[in-house]
Amino acid sequence: MAVTEDVAKEGIEQETVDAVKTVGEKYKYGFETDIEMEYAPKGLNEDIVRLISEKNNEPEWLLEWRLAAYRRWVQLEEPDWAMVDYPEIDFQDQYYYARPKSMMEKPKSLDEVDPKLLETYQKLGIPLREQMILAGVEGAEDIPAEGRKVAVDAVFDSVSVGTTFKEELAKAGVIFMSISEAVQEYPDLVRKYLGSVVPVSDNYYATLNSAVFSDGSFVYIPEGVKCPMELSTYFRINAENTGQFERTLIVADKGSQVSYLEGCTAPKRDIAQLHAAVVEIVIMEDADVKYSTVQNWYPGDEEGKGGIYNFVTKRADCRGDRAKVMWTQVETGSAVTWKYPSCILRGDDSQGEFYSIAITNNYQQADTGTKMIHLGKNTKSRIVSKGISAGRAQNTYRGLVTMHPKAKNSRNFTQCDSLLIGDKCGAHTVPYIEVKNNSSRVEHEATTSKVDDEQMFYCLQRGMDEEEAVALIVNGFAKEVLQALPMEFAMEAQKLVAISLEGSVG
Amino acid sequence: MFEIKNLKASLADEDKQILKGMDLTIGDGEVHAIMGPNGSGKSTMSYVASGKPGYVVDEGEVLLDGVNLLELDPAERAAAGLFLAFQYPVEIPGVGNMTFLRTAVNAQRKARGEEELNAAEFLKLVREKAKSLKIDADMLKRPVNVGFSGGEKKRNEILQMAMLEPKMCILDETDSGLDVDAMKLVSEGVNALRDGKRSFLVITHYQRLLDHIKPDVVHIMADGRIIKTGGPELALEVEHNGYADLLNEVA
Ligand SMILES: Nc1ncnc2c1ncn2[C@@H]1O[C@H](COP(=O)(O)OP(=O)(O)OP(=O)(O)O)[C@@H](O)[C@H]1O
Ligand SMILES: [Mg+2]
Repeated sequence: MAVTEDVAKEGIEQETVDAVKTVGEKYKYGFETDIEMEYAPKGLNEDIVRLISEKNNEPEWLLEWRLAAYRRWVQLEEPDWAMVDYPEIDFQDQYYYARPKSMMEKPKSLDEVDPKLLETYQKLGIPLREQMILAGVEGAEDIPAEGRKVAVDAVFDSVSVGTTFKEELAKAGVIFMSISEAVQEYPDLVRKYLGSVVPVSDNYYATLNSAVFSDGSFVYIPEGVKCPMELSTYFRINAENTGQFERTLIVADKGSQVSYLEGCTAPKRDIAQLHAAVVEIVIMEDADVKYSTVQNWYPGDEEGKGGIYNFVTKRADCRGDRAKVMWTQVETGSAVTWKYPSCILRGDDSQGEFYSIAITNNYQQADTGTKMIHLGKNTKSRIVSKGISAGRAQNTYRGLVTMHPKAKNSRNFTQCDSLLIGDKCGAHTVPYIEVKNNSSRVEHEATTSKVDDEQMFYCLQRGMDEEEAVALIVNGFAKEVLQALPMEFAMEAQKLVAISLEGSVG
Repeated sequence: MFEIKNLKASLADEDKQILKGMDLTIGDGEVHAIMGPNGSGKSTMSYVASGKPGYVVDEGEVLLDGVNLLELDPAERAAAGLFLAFQYPVEIPGVGNMTFLRTAVNAQRKARGEEELNAAEFLKLVREKAKSLKIDADMLKRPVNVGFSGGEKKRNEILQMAMLEPKMCILDETDSGLDVDAMKLVSEGVNALRDGKRSFLVITHYQRLLDHIKPDVVHIMADGRIIKTGGPELALEVEHNGYADLLNEVA
């Protein structure tokens, strides 16, 4: 019954509209939690790197790995090729390690948990049971979960504060825990794959991350296992002047499958904050990984003050034949976004997909896109990018498609659409295409359009107000990407589209 | 009651007056038709009444049940009960026809302080109305007007009208581009909405639509004003003789 399905979607889109109306505050995750924190001293040097390593009780090889990264980083220059413009970052004026004091010992019951921490989770919309588990309450795992299961790992400033559904996942053989725990429990696995997709030397921010990453998530799906639930990591920057450098490592062994979701928020602050994450995904033969992100870091205020500087390196390596990866991202937050989730299509017949919505409003700047590196035969990639600019924002799609000599009969299709709201914003498309064999084909389509006055009036004449109309038109423009998201995320994303465009018309 | 009183309006970008003192009164439940040469200002009148940007009102009023619509924003005019079936309905890619309809219906209900329709109620209503206009499930699912044929777009306008249940309907050349059967469907759709209270203003170039939707009054518009008003016979006269004689009469 096609029509019924359509109405299910109806409900969602109505919520979009309601969200615009009910959310009085433009950035609803802008609250700050007043929790006692433990900080490392400000600034970055070898001692800080050692301290982070020591706090996590890391083995010698990891400390050496970090130090090597640090020594390389001090030699590097910050890249300036992206179409983003921001005041120079003083890397010595940041904290590189912060964690809630209450996390030093695991609480026995909810009463012992810092209520502020619980409050934060509640405001973020995380259900109570999950709140308890994330707060580390003993026995919370035994409470039955309501509704559909999603395992959550929460990273609060520098540390992972808890992971849910660990036992149930363990039964299926799935390892899902913070990377700091994985270093303790599965050192061989971590050592084998860490840095194997994004090497220490990859780029300025990845190198920095390698030196100072404090926590993040680790996932291992064994051969032939379909992960029984969706996995998700919730990143939250709370502490002031603190950079967040999380590191995620996902390994999907032969024939396995997993869908992974990542959400991010941060408090409103006048001073910009740094976020430099690395995500590495290893995909073996016939394995299939979907990685979805709804990035809603604080974008700064209407005048462009504050916000998160988001410099992220995400890469998936399809190591085996027929390996598949799909990146889906909804980027609505951050003052500056510098992010190119990439696919290395090494195995024959491997496939990479990239679906992206990047919304910039006010003074936000986004330079984002993907890289599809075709190395194996018959490899396929598909890129669908929807950039939306409003206010005085600048939105750049930057994408690289490479067909290596051995990547015979490979295909890429790129669709890159930009939508402008108002006449003070900008959209830019920068495709790089390199084809080094005769049998491969690359197709690139790009469009730029404006939210059309005729469409707007049509909606208004039917009784919608301007914000409803823009939300409807923009959600329509981005539909292909919204449809690629898991259901719950799609709802969240539609609301975000509406909220992030508030004040863009009229 | 819908009244246009001495309406004068110009283009916002150019110093050019299009409506030059238009007067029109449509009582509750009445159907009026407007005919007139291309460029006489028929569509402009409908845009100015519904609040499309790009026009400046120099003088006059547009009243719906005594409320001056010109003081409201376009969405408020719609919620007050004014509906315009567009001469050229626009396409909205990616937005499902149903989503669009439901958003519109509920926006108006909310604006009027009425309960919003839930998914089930809405679905039932839309299926019922779509059926009588021979609009199938596929057309309801597709993005608004995208890839619709000319006739499908016009039927879709009537579906929206039926769903929104306005007090005052302006139909701008809804008959153009319709085949004989579609013309019948659309007319039946309009006639089904005639309930003794709802009023219609039908803009058309052809008498044949008026065979199906019988007007109480026919107006002839030229150069931004109504130059003649009469009964249905006036439409027949235009059909046979064109506008030349009428224009000469006033000149
Ligand atoms: N936005 C605009 N810019 C320039 N000229 C305009 C604009 N809108 C209307 N006009 C002019 O105003 C006049 C009236 O146009 P309008 O579309 O109202 O005519 P009409 O009576 O509906 O004609 P038709 O029967 O062809 O639909 C025309 O000369 C048209 O060119
Ligand atoms: Mg016209």
